[in-house]
Amino acid sequence: MTGLHRRKIVNALAAVVFALMVVLAVIPLFHVLIYVVKQGLPGLSWTFLTSLPAPVGVPGGGMGNAILGSLILVSIATLVSVPLGIGTGIFLSEWGRGRFGALVRWVADILSGAPSIVVGLFIYSLVVVPMRGFSALSGGLALAVLMMPTVARSTEQMLRMVPHTLREASLALGATWAQTVWRVVMPAARKGILTGVMLSVARVMGETAPLIVTAFGSGFWPTSIFKPIAAVPLQVFVYAISPYPSWQQQAWTGALTLVLLVLFINIFARLLLRDRGAQGR
Amino acid sequence: MGKSSSVWRRADTWFIVGVAAMAGSVLVVAAALVVLLSIQAAPAFQAFGLGFFVSRMWDPVDNEFGALPFLYGTLVTSFLALFMVIFVGIGSAVFLTQYVKGWIASVTGFLIELLAAIPSVVYGLWGIFVVAPWLRSRVEPWLAEHFGFLPLFQGPQLGVGLLAASFILAIMILPTVASLSRDVMAVVPAPLKEGALALGATHWEMIRTIVLPYSWPGVIGALMLGLGRALGETMAVTMVIGNRPDISVSLFAPGHSMASVIANEFTEATSEVHIAALSEIGLVLFLVTALFSLLSRWMVVRLMARAGREE
Repeated sequence: MTGLHRRKIVNALAAVVFALMVVLAVIPLFHVLIYVVKQGLPGLSWTFLTSLPAPVGVPGGGMGNAILGSLILVSIATLVSVPLGIGTGIFLSEWGRGRFGALVRWVADILSGAPSIVVGLFIYSLVVVPMRGFSALSGGLALAVLMMPTVARSTEQMLRMVPHTLREASLALGATWAQTVWRVVMPAARKGILTGVMLSVARVMGETAPLIVTAFGSGFWPTSIFKPIAAVPLQVFVYAISPYPSWQQQAWTGALTLVLLVLFINIFARLLLRDRGAQGR
Repeated sequence: MGKSSSVWRRADTWFIVGVAAMAGSVLVVAAALVVLLSIQAAPAFQAFGLGFFVSRMWDPVDNEFGALPFLYGTLVTSFLALFMVIFVGIGSAVFLTQYVKGWIASVTGFLIELLAAIPSVVYGLWGIFVVAPWLRSRVEPWLAEHFGFLPLFQGPQLGVGLLAASFILAIMILPTVASLSRDVMAVVPAPLKEGALALGATHWEMIRTIVLPYSWPGVIGALMLGLGRALGETMAVTMVIGNRPDISVSLFAPGHSMASVIANEFTEATSEVHIAALSEIGLVLFLVTALFSLLSRWMVVRLMARAGREE
């Protein structure tokens, strides 16, 4: 009987230990979020969101150009990677059972796990060197390389969840494969695909490392995609390692802006997907 | 009718060719990445050969380059991060799959995954102003007092250094380890678990004798994927590791990593050999992370297939 008693105690202890692990796991999340809000909120103002960075010692200044720059970079990345990614996802889910499909899947997984700085080096030698200069275009392309495999794999997953009976019904009615995919399968998976795209946008929005060697950063409003451009994460990095308290303050506010954007997209994407699941029954 | 149907048939062929070509572009990008980085790295390989990886000289002024300090910094911080994350990552996966269900499990899982959504530059900022001072004033003095006889915990306590980088990395790879472990633990066949419980095992005994052994290969896969992430992480490491190309036994000392040296020096590199040396480091980093992600995927896929057969 004492044996059973001991086993019950061990059982209860194990539950406590595992619960503790979860608590330990979420503490950093709350600490980072609360700290970023506490430090960043005092600097958040209309001026911050709309003006150019100010030199050290000059009050005011903001990240207006960096916010616009980030939007431009992410737009270029989205325009390039989403069509390619969705096309690849369609191929993998509908015709990707053979060797070629398996190879593409493996390589896409490798690329999506590749260190982002290495992708930056790749775009540096592919775009920056031939064009003789850092540019918004090269930054956007670097982000596109990071986004594309993620979009492809999530699109594939979402298309696979569409029941086979739908495809069979469409084909039996005389539709071609292209019609079936475009008019039946894709609409059924639309929300899921959108979720995947949004999550990958949120991911590249905060990317810094590849931009250092491609977009480079700038203190002015963007004028051309062939010139260096500012981005919020880059600006946060530069201000964070600077020795000036006023710049460090700007770094926190920039971080807050980033975190708010990223969290908003993540939560919205999640809700969208949950909604879809409920309707799918 | 006949005509429009033949137009559609032709469109069909083009559609399939088109999406296949898009899929092929993934292969083209990966191949181009390896080829271009190799070309860019060639001068360094010619100048230093394999000695590049065992030399600890890093002197951009004299164009003398050896990558050993960066290999060392990357390996030490990544493995230390993995060591820190093992219990928390696997423990939370067990809790989320074996103890709670429904909305509690999904909300908690979502919170852990949100850790992965926070940009790495934000972790770096937090690392500089929160983690490093905390390590300097609390953790490092404590470690030095109680474990100071180990060379690992000797020397000046700076806050910024290998220990800080490892700590931040641990937090950053936690969601990778926890959510992949959770996925593999979720597929442990219910009949096996029910069998253990029916034989009189307590909940914990069922986890210890069924869930953990069954999901072990997948959990190893999750840890390897986490390790791959840690090896390639750039910004947060750059901001807290101290950026000094030294090899020190002490974890309190500043160091450098493969990714952080690229981020720090690439845009300021003027000589061709310097750029080549950094590109060679980047190429090696890519190949190593690719290897880890393949191994990890292989182990997880094998486990999932087995679970699918036994379900």
